[in-house]
Amino acid sequence: MIREPLIFEISGKGKRAFSLPALDVPEKQEIFKNLPLRSEIKGFPEVSEVEIVRHFTRLSRTNYCVDEGFYPLGSCTMKYNPKINEKIASILEFTCTHPYAPFDLVQGNLEVLKTTEELLAEITGMDAFSLQPAAGAQGELLGMMLIRACLEERGNPREIVLIPDSAHGTNPSSAHICGYRVQEIKSNEEGTIEVEDLAEHMTEDVAALMITNPNTLGVFEVDIKKVAEIVHSKGGFIYMDGANLNALVGVSRPGDMDVDVIHLNLHKTFSTPHGGGGPGSGPVGVKRELDPYLPVPVIGKNQNEYVLDFDQPKSVGRVHSFFGNFLVVVKALSYILSLGSRGLKEVAEVAVLNSNYIRKSLEKDYHLKYTTPTFHECVFSDKFQKEHGVHNIDIAKRLIDYGVHPPTMSFPLIVQGALMTEPTETESKRDLDLFIDAMKQIAKEAKEDPEVLKSAPHTSYVRRMDETTAARNPVLKWDGGHKIEE
Amino acid sequence: MSYISLSDKDKKEMMARIGISSVDELFLAIPENIRLRRELSIPSSLTEIELIHRFKKIAEGNTYKDFLSFLGGGAYPHVIPYSVDYLSSRGEFVSPYTPYQPEVSQGTLQIIFEFQTLICQLTGMDIANASLYDGASGAAEAVLMAHRLKGRPKVLVSQTLHPQYQKVIKTYVKNLEIEIGEIKYSESGGVDFKDLKEKLDDRTSAVVIQSPNFMGVVEDIEKISEMTHSLEALSIVVVAEAASLGILEAPGNLGADIVTGEGQSFGIPLSFGGPYLGFMSCSKEFIRQFPGRIAGETKDIDGKRGFVLTLSTREQHIRRERATSNICTNQALCALRATIFLETLGKEGLRELAFQNIQKASYALEKLTQIKGIERKFSGSIFNEFVLDFSGDLNKIEHALRKKNVLAGMNIGEFYPELENCLLVCVTDIHRKEEIDLLAASLEEVV
Repeated sequence: MIREPLIFEISGKGKRAFSLPALDVPEKQEIFKNLPLRSEIKGFPEVSEVEIVRHFTRLSRTNYCVDEGFYPLGSCTMKYNPKINEKIASILEFTCTHPYAPFDLVQGNLEVLKTTEELLAEITGMDAFSLQPAAGAQGELLGMMLIRACLEERGNPREIVLIPDSAHGTNPSSAHICGYRVQEIKSNEEGTIEVEDLAEHMTEDVAALMITNPNTLGVFEVDIKKVAEIVHSKGGFIYMDGANLNALVGVSRPGDMDVDVIHLNLHKTFSTPHGGGGPGSGPVGVKRELDPYLPVPVIGKNQNEYVLDFDQPKSVGRVHSFFGNFLVVVKALSYILSLGSRGLKEVAEVAVLNSNYIRKSLEKDYHLKYTTPTFHECVFSDKFQKEHGVHNIDIAKRLIDYGVHPPTMSFPLIVQGALMTEPTETESKRDLDLFIDAMKQIAKEAKEDPEVLKSAPHTSYVRRMDETTAARNPVLKWDGGHKIEE
Repeated sequence: MSYISLSDKDKKEMMARIGISSVDELFLAIPENIRLRRELSIPSSLTEIELIHRFKKIAEGNTYKDFLSFLGGGAYPHVIPYSVDYLSSRGEFVSPYTPYQPEVSQGTLQIIFEFQTLICQLTGMDIANASLYDGASGAAEAVLMAHRLKGRPKVLVSQTLHPQYQKVIKTYVKNLEIEIGEIKYSESGGVDFKDLKEKLDDRTSAVVIQSPNFMGVVEDIEKISEMTHSLEALSIVVVAEAASLGILEAPGNLGADIVTGEGQSFGIPLSFGGPYLGFMSCSKEFIRQFPGRIAGETKDIDGKRGFVLTLSTREQHIRRERATSNICTNQALCALRATIFLETLGKEGLRELAFQNIQKASYALEKLTQIKGIERKFSGSIFNEFVLDFSGDLNKIEHALRKKNVLAGMNIGEFYPELENCLLVCVTDIHRKEEIDLLAASLEEVV
């Protein structure tokens, strides 16, 4: 494969890839009199259109993606992204609309937003939704702000947020930005919240418990009702990280589990593409009690017209300039309508079936710290392979040689050497079997030829990267060859 | 539609291996009393063709495209070269996750690296990140960052920072010990230096301004930064109209410490406000407190150049509650669009685009202020927006223009009660001379 240079390195003075029509108003120089103008934009590229197209096409070919194959990145729900949703989000009437357009000229957009809010409320059993958060982490932050605002009104915002040790790293980070101190709740041998431990920690200083259900081990919190009761009895709230709802859609609803606030990631459960790291969308759903605190504007309906309601005195304000990542919402709505109620339930059923098929097929080859039944994902570890000096990262990198994307390794922190595997519902048995066979082959290689794993990958565009040097001597931009010193 | 790839035979074989006879057995861990015992109340599934019909019908409710519009205020229509749509819709860009595995994500990583470079070149700063959600969250993150760096309780924010950015900042800092002070604007529409001088003190972590500001006026970044630095506070410059960077001096060369803003102008359609593109850059000395994902250059074990996500010890998945930000997913695909846009326009093209914006907006300003009953509100120099003051009833005028399918701009009275009869007008490269003339003629008739 051709090694693609940086665009700056193929730049040549005077080359152009685009032309604007000639200026059609009389040109005036005096308007620049008081403006601080720049000289040329130093280093900015100058290339032709064909060079642009080749540059990005060549670069694209070095990416692995869901359209190419199996992507069992745990907790990320890398399901297939239906192409029709892209087409629908490109309808001109959606893409051309200005966010400050008078609302009677954008009734279609408001219908999209309101309908999506209502459908998400039905799917989750919550009472109201805000679609403003641009991603899951912003949804979490907003969700915690709603809790805080409500507690403040009751007279005391409280100080502590409880978070299980199996949680995603954003949970403590969001709680912290919201002004809370985090206390960790230990998981028990089943991988779930220890009810007694929770009861001990749950005081009137605790604002909320942040949970994930099924949790990041893929295990359902069977005592969720009891957990909610303990927290509620001391005046606290249940926050659920619903980024990944793939195991529950159509089967069980967080609202019915007495969850008070939830955020969803439309770019996970609801199939909108991840785009190499966004844009996502992280809607927040609440029970009636927290409804008054949702961001403005709230979308309402008067007779046959959708309206924007800014008059919400208790609102926490805004987390986005406009209405959130609108086009992402369009795609998610298209997805929900395309599947319908039965299709959504089938998502959960097949996601859990696929995951259990993988678990069963590999449980002799890879260690499972928790033997509790799992739902949409399961977390293997490298414990057996470590005996041969092979770590989860080596297994992950070797999978690349077999044409599969590696599972998640960075968490849950309670499983050392984790390989968090989530197949999603869209995968064929053939692709599942390819993965299973590769994992078995790798387990065999770990015993017989560990070196081949430790030096993997062997076939990719680049091989294992020197990440230590990248962090110690950061080179964060092209500088005509000069390195940036810290 | 269904996107399931298993046949009945597949399912049977898989269940046999698991040792179950029905998929329901896999859900037994969910207690009876919280299982949904009915179907979701959602319409039954639609085929592709039905979906298109359904959404075309919904889209008919949007009549905005039939209007000649001069709306701006943080969302700007500009040309978008066709190659941006074509290249950014490749599945290799659209369907991967965040590039955690660099060996199979070099495309995304190299593009982030190029994006960071372009943002540094445009803003005149040392380092940039892979993107933030939008201009508003960029401004809020900059405030949090300055507060971490300085530890002083106060942040001064210009009243002419986009009102919704101000609102988002207030939402973000609400639960932290940061007090927000407002800096007034002067008759020129720029920062009131006297007011700034009075409010700036040694309790101030940072001063946040926008340039061009919400009134369209280009600020004296150099003077404001100088004043800010005299009290050892940080100068944060927000750029809501990034196209201005094509011709105006880079804020980094005028003393800014952190430059953040909205990159929507770089190849991203208006899309009713999102997804957009937050960008952020700063001096290298602040790197440890810098939020968001960052790509860096390194080598693989064979010595080949490659790129990785780096400095992740700042981030939530390592540092949890002590992270510099909780952000993980950002706006990668929008950053890709911006990268294609900027590299396609190139050095001359971006300057030409910015040049045309100033020329066309100035032409419009001159033309419109010749109309009796319309005056220019602020005297400061502009980029592609300006505020007009109407002697007649603006609501009535807007109403009359609506009948002519013209939206002359944004009535900013709802944000600034003292400007209740004022209109913010935005003119960009997409507006042809005939359209500006039509706006003038329409206004002439109704004012």
